[in-house]
Amino acid sequence: MKDSMESTTGSLVIAGRVFTSRLLVGTGKFRSHAVMREALLASGSEVVTVALRRVDLTRAGEGDVLDFVPPGMTLLPNTSGAVDADEAVRLARLGRAATGADLVKLEVTPDPRTLAPDPIETLRAAERLVAEGFAVLPYCSADPVLCRHLEEAGCATVMPLGAWIGSNRGLRTRDAIEVIVAQAGVPVVVDAGLGVPSDAAEAMEVGADAVLVNTAIAVARDPVLMARAFALATEAGRMGFLAGRGAILDTAEASSPLTGFLA
Amino acid sequence: MSAPRGRFATYLDDLPSAGSASDVAAADVELALARPSLDGLPALLSPAAAPYLEVMARQARELTLQRFGRAVRLFAPLYVSNACLSSCTYCGFSKGLDVTRRTLSVPEVVAEAQSLAVQGFRHLLLVSGEHRIEVSANYLVACIEALRELVPSISIETQTWSDDTYARLVDAGLEGAVHYQETYDRVRYAEVHTAGWKRDYDRRLASTERAAESGVRRLGIGALLGLSLDWRADVRAVAEHAVWLQRHYWRTEVTVSLPRIKQSASGFQPLVPVTDAEYVQAMAALRLVAPEVGIVLSTREPAALRDGLARIAVTTMSAGSSTEPGGYLQPGQAQEQFAVSDERSPAEVAAMLESAGYEPVWKDAFALR
Repeated sequence: MKDSMESTTGSLVIAGRVFTSRLLVGTGKFRSHAVMREALLASGSEVVTVALRRVDLTRAGEGDVLDFVPPGMTLLPNTSGAVDADEAVRLARLGRAATGADLVKLEVTPDPRTLAPDPIETLRAAERLVAEGFAVLPYCSADPVLCRHLEEAGCATVMPLGAWIGSNRGLRTRDAIEVIVAQAGVPVVVDAGLGVPSDAAEAMEVGADAVLVNTAIAVARDPVLMARAFALATEAGRMGFLAGRGAILDTAEASSPLTGFLA
Repeated sequence: MSAPRGRFATYLDDLPSAGSASDVAAADVELALARPSLDGLPALLSPAAAPYLEVMARQARELTLQRFGRAVRLFAPLYVSNACLSSCTYCGFSKGLDVTRRTLSVPEVVAEAQSLAVQGFRHLLLVSGEHRIEVSANYLVACIEALRELVPSISIETQTWSDDTYARLVDAGLEGAVHYQETYDRVRYAEVHTAGWKRDYDRRLASTERAAESGVRRLGIGALLGLSLDWRADVRAVAEHAVWLQRHYWRTEVTVSLPRIKQSASGFQPLVPVTDAEYVQAMAALRLVAPEVGIVLSTREPAALRDGLARIAVTTMSAGSSTEPGGYLQPGQAQEQFAVSDERSPAEVAAMLESAGYEPVWKDAFALR
């Protein structure tokens, strides 16, 4: 059983930390830090990921993105921009030194066009970071075997992509996600590609433990409203999953069966 | 002796001619707009596409937002030297021009960088003329090593170097290298580059390939519009070059710049001026056929045009630039390369971007070493 399912409250547990919200959010692509802050608040999210390459770790409090993250949110520094395991490890260490957080969202993307995660370097980096005491949340391809490896390496979650990052294409990897969810012993967070609230609901309905949404909120005409919509959809999808859907049938079946009078 | 022809040069030489821009019909433009591709670029650059400018701009904006989000990277050029051993008829640093020359010491470079960092910059472009004694590989390594803690993203726009030197610079912390071909027209190139290292067209053109193979991860290319008779051919060559580089060096980011010739100490006058409308057309067309290429716009262009282009195609801008070595702390002590048009401060440019709904991105990298 997964950590997240063991809790009777339905909380999400990642690396021993307990969260009520199952929507994780990002900080990129917003038109301003002020709008980002409002959207983060509206999302009800408790975890926010921040690209270390965008944060000035040498300069405290001068309108940096970190100054606009609402207090109380758990910071999840990410290694976006890293092209191999060495860079990701180096960046994670810098992030820990600066923020004190031992959580890291591991991103290794050597191809700047697709930003597709590099499975080999991601696994290498994960092994090293786990050994250094990090709680590692790896962004990865929706590959069941890779997710097994990452879990065995000691990662706190797996974060398979729903579609190409930033693409808003929805849950294109649904078939793979279903397999990953079925086998995973750590929370599965569907990361990347979810474009509209119903995509988040779909991911949650198939059993993902959480979703991470950034672009869809940031580039919406009204990011604050979209953040709220994703929060509701994530919750609705989770409830739908817990409620257990009915069987899918080939033909119609009346909701009042012919033998109903016998009851 | 000239350098061997590089791989892209061979590709470019084999590329079929675009034909005459005046022969393009509206139907060709509509076809090119329906499914933008490099093959359709000559049509998008032609006079026949002028009535479609708003449509092109709208499509370009859509693509830019999709690929790059509501964010524009900001950087500053840091001129380290105007010493030059090359003679280029259009450049204010050209060898033989009677101008005040200056090469900054490494501590002076650091002081200039600090003054830029205070304003927010974490991405600097070290610029120099071509003088391999005053601006040597050792000098650049020393500059990069002295700056890398302060400035996580350092690029150079200097002379071209050997593979070994690019690798050394990368090892010191170099992230990007910019090599403008100026014009891809071999005949015109020879006319304006009359002497020096830069006279070798093939060495210049292959240098971006050498840099990529040596581990430089941000590659900048471009053409100086107004230098050749046919700016459309140069824009097409730049687009072909950018896409070719992306195809061959999948780990690199490619940025493109299309500066227009400005007034300089050289007194050079453009053969054919590129109008503002044509300039916007070129930028939009470039975005349509190369959606993943970063487009850089300098302070050469006036404020209103820059503000407009940031909403259409541009993804990286300089701001508050000085084009003279030492010009941020001690202006007026050396010759500038060209006069800037947009004289707003970095804070003012950032405020403009914010009011247009974009996040000004000062820092978008981490120290590589």
